[in-house]
Amino acid sequence: MKAFKSLRQDKTLRLGKSLTSGKALLVGALAGSIALSASLAIAKTPANILVIANRIDDITTLDPAQSFEFAGSDLSRNVYGKLVNFDPADFSKGYQPDLAASWSVSGDGKTITFKMRSGVKFHSGNPVTAKDAVYSLQRAVKLNKTPAFILTQFGFNKDNADQTIKLIDDMSFSITTDKKYATSFVLNCLASNIGGIVDMKTVMANEKDGDFGNAWLKTNTAGSGAYKLVNWKPNESYTLTVNKDFYAGKPALDRVIVRHIQESATQRLLLEKGDIDIARNLNPQDITGITGNKDLAVDSDLRGRLMYISFNQKDPNLSKPKVIEALKYLIDYKGMQDSFLKGQYTIHQAFLPRTYLGEIDDKPYSYNVDKAKALLKEAGVDGLELKIIVREAQERVEIAQSLQNTFGKAGVKVTLQVGTGKQTLSVYRAREHQIYVGAWGPDYPDPNTNAGTFAFNPDNSDAAKATGLLAWRNGWALPEMSKATKAAVQEPDKAKRAAMYQAIQREHQKRGPFAVMFQKIEQTGRRANVKGVNVGAAITAISYWPITK
Amino acid sequence: MALSDDTADGERQRKLPFSAFLKGAWQVLWTVLITMIGLLAVTFIIGRVMPIDPVLSVVGESASQATYDAAYKELGLDKPLITQFLLFLGNVLQGNFGESLLTARPVSQDLIRVFPATLELATVGIIIGIVLGVPLGVVAAVKQNSWIDHIARVIALIGYSMPVFWIGLIGLLVLYGQLGWVSGPGRLDIFYVDIVPTVTGMILVDSLLARDMDVFWNAVSHIILPAGLLAYYSLAYISRMTRSFMLEQLEQEYITTARVKGLSERAVIWRHAFGNVKVPLITVIALSYAGLLEGSVLTETIFSWPGIGSYITTGLLSADMNAVLGGTVVVGLVFVCLNIFSDLLYKFFDPRAK
Repeated sequence: MKAFKSLRQDKTLRLGKSLTSGKALLVGALAGSIALSASLAIAKTPANILVIANRIDDITTLDPAQSFEFAGSDLSRNVYGKLVNFDPADFSKGYQPDLAASWSVSGDGKTITFKMRSGVKFHSGNPVTAKDAVYSLQRAVKLNKTPAFILTQFGFNKDNADQTIKLIDDMSFSITTDKKYATSFVLNCLASNIGGIVDMKTVMANEKDGDFGNAWLKTNTAGSGAYKLVNWKPNESYTLTVNKDFYAGKPALDRVIVRHIQESATQRLLLEKGDIDIARNLNPQDITGITGNKDLAVDSDLRGRLMYISFNQKDPNLSKPKVIEALKYLIDYKGMQDSFLKGQYTIHQAFLPRTYLGEIDDKPYSYNVDKAKALLKEAGVDGLELKIIVREAQERVEIAQSLQNTFGKAGVKVTLQVGTGKQTLSVYRAREHQIYVGAWGPDYPDPNTNAGTFAFNPDNSDAAKATGLLAWRNGWALPEMSKATKAAVQEPDKAKRAAMYQAIQREHQKRGPFAVMFQKIEQTGRRANVKGVNVGAAITAISYWPITK
Repeated sequence: MALSDDTADGERQRKLPFSAFLKGAWQVLWTVLITMIGLLAVTFIIGRVMPIDPVLSVVGESASQATYDAAYKELGLDKPLITQFLLFLGNVLQGNFGESLLTARPVSQDLIRVFPATLELATVGIIIGIVLGVPLGVVAAVKQNSWIDHIARVIALIGYSMPVFWIGLIGLLVLYGQLGWVSGPGRLDIFYVDIVPTVTGMILVDSLLARDMDVFWNAVSHIILPAGLLAYYSLAYISRMTRSFMLEQLEQEYITTARVKGLSERAVIWRHAFGNVKVPLITVIALSYAGLLEGSVLTETIFSWPGIGSYITTGLLSADMNAVLGGTVVVGLVFVCLNIFSDLLYKFFDPRAK
């Protein structure tokens, strides 16, 4: 720590003239706080330290087996190595070897054998071995915390974890799934946060009452990634320091400090003054405000979140294909994108976010009132009255208002019902809505995360209560497509699998009672000298190690 | 206190008999206890009827039913409400507020971290408020309807009516962004963070204890703007109240008598009139101080000040009831303590309150 003292800039502060007379007091009353004047050389961040402003109040735990929030994923990605990982230099390559150097798949497609990379060390100095990998995966399954479903969907559970995730020798181990799955599916899931490999020795030393070190890992880390944690102060900041022994080469910056700055305006001020290098939550106004500033730059990146509306198929009118099609033509995609969603969302009409395996960029629908009117006429529907339920979030309400307006142009009368997240969601889960304005974020970086909910619904009965599936929530029976989605999950060939998802999405666009409208864009403000910032697109989180300044 | 300088000679400390002291102490303790239990009960009930699902905020929306049920049990939500409350009460008596959902740490630990930040800010704020507000009020009363009085009124009026959010941002924009006279949001510049050991949690005090003047001055340059902002609001209130108290005293006959006796104007105003204003002023100041100690959510948000106001608000928004209840207890305690303290000061300053 003492080393940082030398970095301090020479600031001389002196107390202003002391205020003595009553008259001076009056002047001083308002300006009292200005009694301090400082001959400040502008406070710039030190050259070897990256300072980021972000909202980090969603971090509740640092344990990779439990963490499931955005800010937590940022930290986790840079602290923990995984068996396979996404290369920030090129996401289109898909998962790449990380702590696993190679792998092979058994003939029946159920067992994957991993060979570990040799010579990699944890931050503690312990070598990374197959034992650590086995322990990490088993503990994630046995702990069964929120993100555990990403692993347990392959049939692992706390009773069979010891048999299905098996050590072979110090440097190799195997996992055996309950059915045949596409290797790309399994590996994509292992590339998500929960696949973080923890240092078994360190974690076991901090175990309490058989909790697999869960309590300790909430506030500490035991990884092998590019950076290691110095401290985390909830709602305040976290500090990472470089892992000099990082196997892929020592990162350029010695320290990363992420400060919790709630307000966009405050982030902008700090960025303009050079007190931070990157501002991650600038709102569109502040983005516009810093555009044109030579010292600053703005990056736009696609993220995973989608905005869609869906039509309940239990409704006699909304289940008519022509009506579904007509309503998709009554959405002013471009108008919304260019006005209140500007810089935050871009038009996207398929259920896989771009940058995902199997993505498509087809945009068959645009705002066309005449076409919609004709389709409604063909469907024999006249004077349609619909209710849209929407959660009380600004952008969603604005979307709903735009829909109310454009639907009205074709004689569809819309009433809006605005409610809290809990209220709208419970109506949606009970299939009691007509039209729902929804947002969907993928849970893990494999296409099945969205296909398995938008295009999969094996049992549409009320009794099935498959409330987790969006297709079920909208009462959409899709036996053919469900079969195709299931088949895609098992297709071993990556290219063929991508093609299957593309076909499913095109069909889904045409027939599905979903109108996917937009994909999230994240705008990041940075000092112009900061290079190599990649926030992770739709599939992963920010990587600090390629960043230079 | 800064006020006592002028008046120390005019006051004599009175001693109370011991038995009366015990009786008084018991009464105080009893009041505190009843108040605190009432406070806890109300907060607890509000917390439980809020339309937020605390389990969902732990496990997230896509958790399986089994994970959900496990978390539900873990939080003790399967027990009857009264049992939950009694359990909570028992824990609070042992200083255990449970674990915060958001920070994954004991709430007591969080409070030890966030409260000093607020305490530091509020204390600097109230000191500036008193030092500037009291003389301003006195001068305004003495020179009633003069230009000084009008200016003081305008200053106070602006203080009352400007939204803190706006004035804070403008302050940052001008004093930090444009002029660079003060440092930006946060308690310290990043290269000063974690240098001095934490003793009180108040960086100004800790840096003095560690004799690290660089850290001290950096902390000063960070605190001065948000504290000045809080000071402005309490100043507006304190100066208006001082003025009206003073006006009331200056019209009394004993003031005329004092003047007739040929006392200096200074002695008339400060010793005689102000001497009688001190007592009601204590209440005003104590209340302003308590208000600041609650933590000003907006100020804390704009200045990224990790204090108790934003801690409770964040907790409230995420259904983190342990954090909210813990924070409420602390704020409640602060109010009660300040009340007791101002009562004690009354006894000290007011010859009638025996």
